[in-house]
Amino acid sequence: MIEARGLTKRFGKVTAVTNLTFDVLPGKVTGFLGPNGSGKSTTMSMIMGLNHPNAGTVTVAGRRYHDLRWPLREVGGLLEARAIHPGRSAYVHLWSLAQYNDIRRSRVDEVLEIVGLTSVAKKRVGKFSLGMGQRLGIAAALLGDPGVILLDEPANGLDPEGIRWMRTLCKSLASEGRTVFISSHLMAEMALTADQLVVIGKGRLIAEMPVGEFVARSSSQNYRVRVGNNAPFVSAAVQAGGEVVNDGDALKVSGLDATALGDLALSLGVAVYELTPLASLEDAFMELTSNSVEYHGAA
Amino acid sequence: MSAIADAPTAFEVTEPSGRAGLTQAVRAEWTKFWSVRSTAWSLFALVVATLGLGALSTNALAGQRFAEFDPVRRILVGFNFGQFAIGVLGVLFISAEFGTGQIRSTLAALPRRRDVLGAKAIVLGVVSLIVGEVLSFATFFLGDAILSGSRTPVAIGDPGIVRVLVESGVYLALMALIGLGFGAIIRNSAGSISTFAGLVLILTLIIGAMPLAIVNAVSRYLPANIGATVFAVSTPGRLSGTPVFSPIMGLLVLALYALILLASGSYLMTRRDT
Ligand SMILES: Nc1ncnc2c1ncn2[C@@H]1O[C@H](COP(=O)(O)OP(=O)(O)OP(=O)(O)O)[C@@H](O)[C@H]1O
Ligand SMILES: [Mg+2]
Repeated sequence: MIEARGLTKRFGKVTAVTNLTFDVLPGKVTGFLGPNGSGKSTTMSMIMGLNHPNAGTVTVAGRRYHDLRWPLREVGGLLEARAIHPGRSAYVHLWSLAQYNDIRRSRVDEVLEIVGLTSVAKKRVGKFSLGMGQRLGIAAALLGDPGVILLDEPANGLDPEGIRWMRTLCKSLASEGRTVFISSHLMAEMALTADQLVVIGKGRLIAEMPVGEFVARSSSQNYRVRVGNNAPFVSAAVQAGGEVVNDGDALKVSGLDATALGDLALSLGVAVYELTPLASLEDAFMELTSNSVEYHGAA
Repeated sequence: MSAIADAPTAFEVTEPSGRAGLTQAVRAEWTKFWSVRSTAWSLFALVVATLGLGALSTNALAGQRFAEFDPVRRILVGFNFGQFAIGVLGVLFISAEFGTGQIRSTLAALPRRRDVLGAKAIVLGVVSLIVGEVLSFATFFLGDAILSGSRTPVAIGDPGIVRVLVESGVYLALMALIGLGFGAIIRNSAGSISTFAGLVLILTLIIGAMPLAIVNAVSRYLPANIGATVFAVSTPGRLSGTPVFSPIMGLLVLALYALILLASGSYLMTRRDT
């Protein structure tokens, strides 16, 4: 369990995090979402006692990080920034961390096995690819078999198989009753992985709720529709107040709900092959954070 | 997913009694110390400087017509250079962690900064002391062998020699700790190494160019001058005319520097973000 209370962090004139209060509960995967520069990594660093808040407190398993008796046995963290000396081997890196917390040596082999780095354990970390480095970071997070796991953009650099593995891992860690807190920009992935969300923008809390509830907040109702005969369906849908885009493969309809679209097709006698809601986490995220995006790409 | 009422059972972490502290940190830092290449390189440079320069310098002495007043000063001449190698070793032991981000992994494993820096000081101090002592005696015996049969023979049993050799090893260990202290305060490797070199070398040159009153007042506190009195048997209390500390006093002053730097480093590590 992680409890953040009124966390505030300033870097000179920049206020990265403002009065942030949230709980991350055990037994669930909690996604931590926010646009670039919204303060996710800063918050994770404060949880791990690496950055000191200007105001507020954060505790893990009821204690401030600094007061944890065996930190790696309580909390495992994957930090966003590079946090490994490139000159050591993966094995020695993990072994030295294990020694800090009296963790048995065989556990190093176990976590290397879990993340699939056994064959390169003796290789210098500087020679690792981005994804291998990420896996090593995850290995370090699992080293102490901790009850709380924080992962800052764990999917970064992982291949599709790795991302799927990551998802399964997070879910199984949570099902064991652990607290799993992960930040990510991959909305589709988060929708599949997370149960609960903490969403921030410009360092402030925007939402703290279950994923389903968050998605339902999105006012945009988009559906992917494939029908037997496009022309009559499209004109009828537009007449009924919908907006239709034909992407060649299927129609993307907004402004009408599934019931309306189904009834419409029935009344026209048009066969429906597909009617998929597209109201996605991504849409909900875009909508709810649109006011707090600091770095827009030029359109 | 049999019953929706299935609340996830709370996860229990397994923890030994006590807490992670200095003991664990010393073990981890020992592993880390020996697993980077810079350690081997610094120690290699130290060996070359002390034994190599000592042999060259002593060899030149062996062919001289007149007996040298203090042959040990010539034998240990390489220690004046070796202190840079050991200083770099001390700096890098912590600055490389800041430079690579490793410090974040380290402090996540042990958030109590004083224990982390203390463990580094213990590992570095012990290794440097042993290496320093081995090298001072080895350098002496090498010089002794080169000088045997010359006009200026020395023997380990001569008055003051063992004391000088022991103190020379201690000097190197203290310089290593001073390097560590600078690394913890400055964090940047290049900046810390420059500062260390400046303290030992450039500061000495600057002070040397000052009016005599300042030279006489300040010289004795300079590490290089403390070294010059430590690496010699004859210590008349003056070094090229300026007053200096006795070797023991000089080493105590250095120890005080190391302590102040490490305490400041520890304080700053606790205060600063990582
Ligand atoms: N060490 C630092 N010094 C100064 N400013 C910082 C520092 N770290 C973060 N910031 C600033 O704090 C803000 C939040 O940054 P942070 O890295 O926490 O965002 P983030 O949500 O993790 O972004 P991203 O999604 O891009 O990873 C940004 O404006 C950033 O520039
Ligand atoms: Mg980030």
